Amino acid sequence: MVVPSRKLQDLIEEIRGAKTQAQEREVIQKECAHIRASFRDGDPLHRHRQLAKLLYVHMLGYPAHFGQMECLKLIASPRFTDKRVGYLGAMLLLDERQDAHLLITNSIKNDLNQGIQVVQGLALCTLSTVGSAEMCRDLATEVEKLLLQPGSYVRKKAVLTAVHMIRKVPELSNIFLPPCAQLLHERHHGILLGTITLITELCERSPAALKHFQKVVPQLVQILRTLVTTGYSTEHSISGVSDPFLQVQILRLLRILGRNHEESSDTMNDLLAQVATNTDTSRNAGNAVLFETVLTIMDIRSATGLRVLAVNILGRFLLNSDKNIRYVALTSLLRMVQSDHSAVQRHRPTVVECLREVDASLSRRALELSLALVNSSNVRAMTQELQSFLESCSPDLRADCASGILLAAERFAPTKRWHIDTILRVLTTAGTHVRDDAVANLTQLIGGAQELHAYSVRRLYSALAEDISQQPLVQVAAWCIGEYGDLLLEGSCEETEPLQVEEEDVLDLLEKVLQSHMSLPATRGYALTALMKLSTRLRGDNNRIRQVVSIYGSCLDMELQQRAVEYNTLFRKYDHMRAAILEKMPLVERGGTQDEEIKESKEAQLSEASLVPTEPQASELLDLLDLLDGTSGAAQPPPPLEPSPGDVLVHLLDLPCDLPSASPPPASIPNLRVFEREGLQLNLSFVRPPGTPALLLITITAINTSEADVIHFICQAAVPKSFQLQLQAPSGDTVPAHSGLPVTQLLRILNPNKAPLRLKLRLTYNHFGQSVQEIFEVNNLPMETWQ
Amino acid sequence: MGLSSPGKCCKAGGGLKIRFILIQNRAGKTRLAKWYMQFDDDEKQKLIEEVHAVVTVRDAKHTNFVEFRNFKIIYRRYAGLYFCICVDVNDNNLAYLEAIHNFVEVLNEYFHNVCELDLVFNFYKVYTVVDEMFLAGEIRETSQTKVLKQLLMLQSLE
Repeated sequence: MVVPSRKLQDLIEEIRGAKTQAQEREVIQKECAHIRASFRDGDPLHRHRQLAKLLYVHMLGYPAHFGQMECLKLIASPRFTDKRVGYLGAMLLLDERQDAHLLITNSIKNDLNQGIQVVQGLALCTLSTVGSAEMCRDLATEVEKLLLQPGSYVRKKAVLTAVHMIRKVPELSNIFLPPCAQLLHERHHGILLGTITLITELCERSPAALKHFQKVVPQLVQILRTLVTTGYSTEHSISGVSDPFLQVQILRLLRILGRNHEESSDTMNDLLAQVATNTDTSRNAGNAVLFETVLTIMDIRSATGLRVLAVNILGRFLLNSDKNIRYVALTSLLRMVQSDHSAVQRHRPTVVECLREVDASLSRRALELSLALVNSSNVRAMTQELQSFLESCSPDLRADCASGILLAAERFAPTKRWHIDTILRVLTTAGTHVRDDAVANLTQLIGGAQELHAYSVRRLYSALAEDISQQPLVQVAAWCIGEYGDLLLEGSCEETEPLQVEEEDVLDLLEKVLQSHMSLPATRGYALTALMKLSTRLRGDNNRIRQVVSIYGSCLDMELQQRAVEYNTLFRKYDHMRAAILEKMPLVERGGTQDEEIKESKEAQLSEASLVPTEPQASELLDLLDLLDGTSGAAQPPPPLEPSPGDVLVHLLDLPCDLPSASPPPASIPNLRVFEREGLQLNLSFVRPPGTPALLLITITAINTSEADVIHFICQAAVPKSFQLQLQAPSGDTVPAHSGLPVTQLLRILNPNKAPLRLKLRLTYNHFGQSVQEIFEVNNLPMETWQ
Repeated sequence: MGLSSPGKCCKAGGGLKIRFILIQNRAGKTRLAKWYMQFDDDEKQKLIEEVHAVVTVRDAKHTNFVEFRNFKIIYRRYAGLYFCICVDVNDNNLAYLEAIHNFVEVLNEYFHNVCELDLVFNFYKVYTVVDEMFLAGEIRETSQTKVLKQLLMLQSLE
């Protein structure tokens, strides 16, 4: 029994009439059953209608795999209506992974060859959408034939099909490369567009093709020039710009051809300037072309004037009222900021304006760009802007903004006080979003700035009194109050308003922190330790402190309990040692991790005089040496150069040139020759930087006047316990013969107690085929090195 | 500035510009889905849902570009329909925005003031329009007059 099949329109109407999802499903299932029956019966007349209905249902998300074989039958049929639906079905249902996929190859081949344009068009379309690698290989010659046929309708499709084939089977590039030259002479826009795309694809895949096509740059320039000035045809003009899509494609190809190629870039220069100045920017089409031009200018070897023009265009985009254009401008400026920093700086005010955008993606880009533009001259103004942004921005941007401000402050802080203020403000506004090491950084910073102790502790105390919920702030404040509580209570500090603080108030505040449910266990630890330290700093008696400490001796938190018990014991049994244990921490030298991180993140903006990251491990190992014993405890080799990314390594390689100039202002201490053996000499030169009285910089220079190279040269140093030593990486481990380039190594020695300096050196190296080890103490160290 | 970097879904290897074109209505019903890359059926469904979720929450205050997985989506809303093109992150946003508008203008001409129902009842014709203007993930024909001429010719064959 043949059930008359419904028309497509009727089915669609019925589906749309369904009120619920379940009803729709019912209708569709019923129809699918009919369709399946019809396919089984093999009704050729209505097959296309059945398949069309099936495809509609498929688009709504229902399974349609049983229609695959029908597609094949429809494609093979001579009628156009059948073929059309069949090919559509093939594109939707028969992707590469279906088994029936290969079966259409033959049909496509026949259709390509039979000369009816529309049918060829359908076949090419399907081939370019779902063509697998095998199919492409089989049909490559057919497509190639079609490339040079007279009819433009088919040629357009053939060219882009060729693009698809190359993507699937790169070896086919050989077939499709030769016709390109002829295709470039076409005036038909569609073919030209396809050809440019084809050439682009070829060039991206093989450097040989790239070279080949660099010869046609003049021709491309000519095409583009004609397009811009006179235009080939009015029917391609969009908003007054003649065929912007073709222009964009050509510009893109020019970009690929001109990259790293002086000659091509020169040829393009004038044209790019012309396009950049002549394009009408009132509508989006013109802006699209302009944008592509800017991208091309940025990427090729263009003249500086042209690059500045590009940056200015982007700057103009930033002022455009259309936010899409602002978005692309910000993205591109971000890419350019490293290479054309000064040009981008000129647009800084506009960028800062963009921080106030409503769209999060825009404000995020503005934030990144602003952070990249901070330098030592604008740091105060920029930080001001960034901090007001921090107060009002959305939560997901806060973390980035906070860490960005802290990083910028660290690199460009004009004064320590400003630095402390800035960090303080960031902690109060966005305390919960800062990185974990911000606390450590701030404590280190405050600790190192002796003149600012009073100021810091007062500011922190006021901030803490207002709000104890921001954990990083609380931690730093607690530490600071503990360390410098006496400065808080005595006298006034001229940099802040007079603050009358009683001992009771301080203790109240710390106890509040301890008891608050908002405080993390780590914060409580800080507060407890601070209380303990105050027991030596405050003048009153310590009963209250002792009480608090003993309460926490039975606290459930292990860490707190342990601390409380230890402190309790300190009160009871070791009271005489309490003062010594709890005295103020000495000035800490800023560690090496800071410098490493900064280098990793902004290598383009490093100044020449930056020192190589230090290796604290070496110093700690060697500090353990007791010089009096004179043991060869330094048996371990110095730690390897840190696993820094490539850019830091580059700076290390620059060392031989940098080190001598990187040393601080000229010293007045005479050099000392400490070692000489078989032509290898070791000299020490000393510098006492005037700003840091406890610091001594020693440069060890190894020169080899003998005939043979000294290889695997390693120098280690040891100092008495009261000193701090940092050994930086040597410039190399081979001292070339005949007084070649000497090996230098920098030692930093901290001597806060101004004790007499003693220095022991250990050398290991290979010379004249023998391995040598020497250990000796440096005598005759001039008094100026440690007094 | 790199050439196209292979995304997670990119099995075909570099160079492919347009990943897919989608027309959806506000409720999430697909009116057209043209895929230029291989995806499983359930992957396709998931992608459709994700795109819908991302695009419908945005309003006039937002830009027309959205970062999506490791690509980006250029979209434009016309009445109740969202026209979305998914491209590589390095592509020229503004140019594809023009392409969408070009496409919509052709549809408008072809269906004489097109509305959503036109696209529903003539879905296979919409596919034809897409195939005239885009091919193999690239923009193919940009002249509206030419495309319309071809479409009318094809129509006469039915």
